[in-house]
Amino acid sequence: MTATAAPAFRRTTARPGGSALAGTGTLLRFDLRRDRIRIPVWLAALTLGTIMPATAYPALYATAAERQAAGATMNTPAGLAFTGPVHYLSDYTYGSMVSHQLLGFMVIMVGIMSVLMVVRHTRAEEETRRSELVRAAVVGRHAQLAAALILTAAANIALALLLTLSLGSLGIDGVTWAGSLLYGAAHAATGITFAGVAAVTVQITEHSRGASGMGLAVVGAAYLVRAAGDSADSGLSWASPIGWAQQTFAYLDDRWWPLLLNLAAAVVLAGIGFALSLRRDVGAGLRAARRGRPVASRALTTPIGFALRLHRGMLIGFAAGMMVLGMSYGPFLGDVEEMFRDVELFSEAAQMGGATFVDSFITMIMTVLAIVAAIYVVIATLRPRAEENAGRAEPVLATRLSRAGWLASHLTVALAGGSVMILLAGLMLAATGAPTVNESGLFGEIMAASAVYIPALWVTAGLAAALVGWFPRAGALAWLVVVYAGVVGYFGTILQFPEWMNNLSPFGHIPRLPVEDFTWTPLLILTAIAAGLVAVGLYGFRRRDLETK
Amino acid sequence: MTTAIATSGLVKTFGSTRALDGLDLTVNTGEIHGFLGPNGAGKSTTIRILLGILRPDAGSVTMLGGDPWADAVALHARLAYVPGDVELWPNLTGGEAIDLLGRLRGGLNKRRRDELIERFDLDPSKKGRTYSKGNRQKVAIVAALASDVELLLLDEPTAGLDPLMEVVFQDVIGEVKAAGRTVLLSSHILAQVEKLADTISIIRLGKIVQSGTLAEMRHLTRTTIEADTATPVTGLERLPGVHEARVGDGRVRFAVDGEHLDGAIKHLSGFGIRALTSHPPTLEELMLRHYGDELAAETNGNRHGALR
Ligand SMILES: Nc1ncnc2c1ncn2[C@@H]1O[C@H](COP(=O)(O)OP(=O)(O)O)[C@@H](O)[C@H]1O
Ligand SMILES: [Mg+2]
Repeated sequence: MTATAAPAFRRTTARPGGSALAGTGTLLRFDLRRDRIRIPVWLAALTLGTIMPATAYPALYATAAERQAAGATMNTPAGLAFTGPVHYLSDYTYGSMVSHQLLGFMVIMVGIMSVLMVVRHTRAEEETRRSELVRAAVVGRHAQLAAALILTAAANIALALLLTLSLGSLGIDGVTWAGSLLYGAAHAATGITFAGVAAVTVQITEHSRGASGMGLAVVGAAYLVRAAGDSADSGLSWASPIGWAQQTFAYLDDRWWPLLLNLAAAVVLAGIGFALSLRRDVGAGLRAARRGRPVASRALTTPIGFALRLHRGMLIGFAAGMMVLGMSYGPFLGDVEEMFRDVELFSEAAQMGGATFVDSFITMIMTVLAIVAAIYVVIATLRPRAEENAGRAEPVLATRLSRAGWLASHLTVALAGGSVMILLAGLMLAATGAPTVNESGLFGEIMAASAVYIPALWVTAGLAAALVGWFPRAGALAWLVVVYAGVVGYFGTILQFPEWMNNLSPFGHIPRLPVEDFTWTPLLILTAIAAGLVAVGLYGFRRRDLETK
Repeated sequence: MTTAIATSGLVKTFGSTRALDGLDLTVNTGEIHGFLGPNGAGKSTTIRILLGILRPDAGSVTMLGGDPWADAVALHARLAYVPGDVELWPNLTGGEAIDLLGRLRGGLNKRRRDELIERFDLDPSKKGRTYSKGNRQKVAIVAALASDVELLLLDEPTAGLDPLMEVVFQDVIGEVKAAGRTVLLSSHILAQVEKLADTISIIRLGKIVQSGTLAEMRHLTRTTIEADTATPVTGLERLPGVHEARVGDGRVRFAVDGEHLDGAIKHLSGFGIRALTSHPPTLEELMLRHYGDELAAETNGNRHGALR
């Protein structure tokens, strides 16, 4: 890293080596202080998210035969796309199960953590112009990025240790200490690779949201590439950092060297990041900002048009993502029947209450799509809060636009946008999936299965709106709804959570079409709750102080 | 004369910080009122209460005959605001931001908008994130001044402007005044408001400590005089109201109380004035006159707090 930094740095100062990084230690302590809650929460969530299913496996699959049967159900293109390389199935111990079923998914989370952490301490700081202050102090030009990368690497290494210790001490057959050490290291190495990715993306745009978006897109692409590679058992998996982590075959072969690829990529990417940062000014991006219209259109200057304009980028980006997600599941619908039919033992479990495999599969996918749509809903509902925080709400609320009107226009975008998201995903699932299955009316069923989630999305928006109205600083708590729904939705069936846990989530009340029958009652109740929460939020926002800078 | 703004006993606390501590401010209709005070004195907080953005803990406020909190929307149609720290939308152009704020306020005068953009030398087609602080300030100023409103609330509007643009700003405010509108103009630098303000209120620690016309206040304060004279000045110390006189060869520097200025200058002219500069009192001097050491200690305290 320093090697790439050194040449440019010699141009500016006499003493090469140290001073481009001067102040890194101080910044690191400062960054660590800012993240003193965030990092432990991430690490706890990631560790629990691993430990909970890992401890459940012995109860769910008591014998080796059951494990092999469980492995066999995965041995289809779709099954492997969602888990990992087929080689894990050759000896499906509890360790192999952990590594095969959890690693790929958890590493996405680690990637998200790493990207957000790097962006938060680099580009986001520049965007708010705070870093001008910092840079003006005795701080080298590379110190900010270096501190962010060190912090992120340290968080990843701490996660590796936590995972090793917690998994190793479970004492589950096949979950060895040696394997646990590698399993933890695979998380850390991949997280550090994605930190390197973020080191590059933060140089490109002036916008922290753009930088996060690009970084997260790389995480998503890495997952899709390995999914494509694993489902066809092709070498494509080797083109993905997540693939490298899975190719360690922790608990099975305990192969360390693929992680060298992760680390090498991380070093190269970080080097590119440092080098690129010399080619731009503080606060600027490599991509030059374009000019725009000198006069506002009529549409922009209405409250709703204004809100739409602010949400536009996220709306389009997320809609595209939802469509890709829907499309990526669709083509598997045709295989589902075959993939489950051959497995006697599991046909019962996978088939929910006598429904067809296809219907069960659609129901399962819908839960996932709805939770992803909920991510959009929370982002969009918290957007006015971000405007307020940045000091941009103040001038607008000093005009004739009322507080309620301003917040309501943002909420309208969030509520309508969330509905559009789930419908678009459903539409693409239906369009790509229905033709592969010989069943009339499936298209409509899929659309209905997606539409029923809309009230749950509205409740999510309502909760976030209530927080914005009453406890603006706790707005981020709205993410708990998504995380909770995600945990219950993703692990609920595997771990057989009690019913009340399901009921706590707004998503738990949605009729699970097409397996269950449609009923109006929960949908109407959820809609009423959402309306109530929105009203509460608007009321709170009208009577509290605006937060000022 | 009617009153545009009247607050009485206004209190606002943020946690343990008492930002306003019984503020009594009166601004008459049609006047330009300088609202002066050091950083952290409570200027922005006062203006935000006037905008209904913050709600006071105690005290009463009337603005344009209404209650800023309860009648916010109706009052906002009649006023325009320039925030102290202008933040723009990164991907909206300056021109779009001007139109947005103007139209949301109820419409803006297109001709005036274009004229102001021209006079302030603003490029309206650049995106918000590419503007410097001064240019962001200009966007907010143009947006506020392009609409025909009765009252302008300007929170340190010239903080980021270069001296040339400050002159333009003063011209424009002069026109606003000629049109009979009311302006509340906050600043922490006396020189920025003295050219414009009819009356001044000085705020310190959330309280108004002095209020009146600048002339009245000057009367209570000292002007610093520096002069080069043909022959060495003598007898200056004995004049009434002269302080801190330092006489060198051909050069003299002293401070004189406002009411004795005339006598001092008359005395000087007897020695053949070759060059003369006079420095009106700065805000600091105005306040020092009244608070001395207490203020000096506090200014340091404020520096510390400003890092928040
Ligand atoms: N939102 C806030 N939260 C906490 N303290 C604040 C807030 N806004 C202002 N203050 C404090 O109130 C005092 C007055 O601030 P302000 O009105 O911004 O002063 P001025 O505009 O005169 O510089 C300062 O001590 C400031 O730190
Ligand atoms: Mg201020």
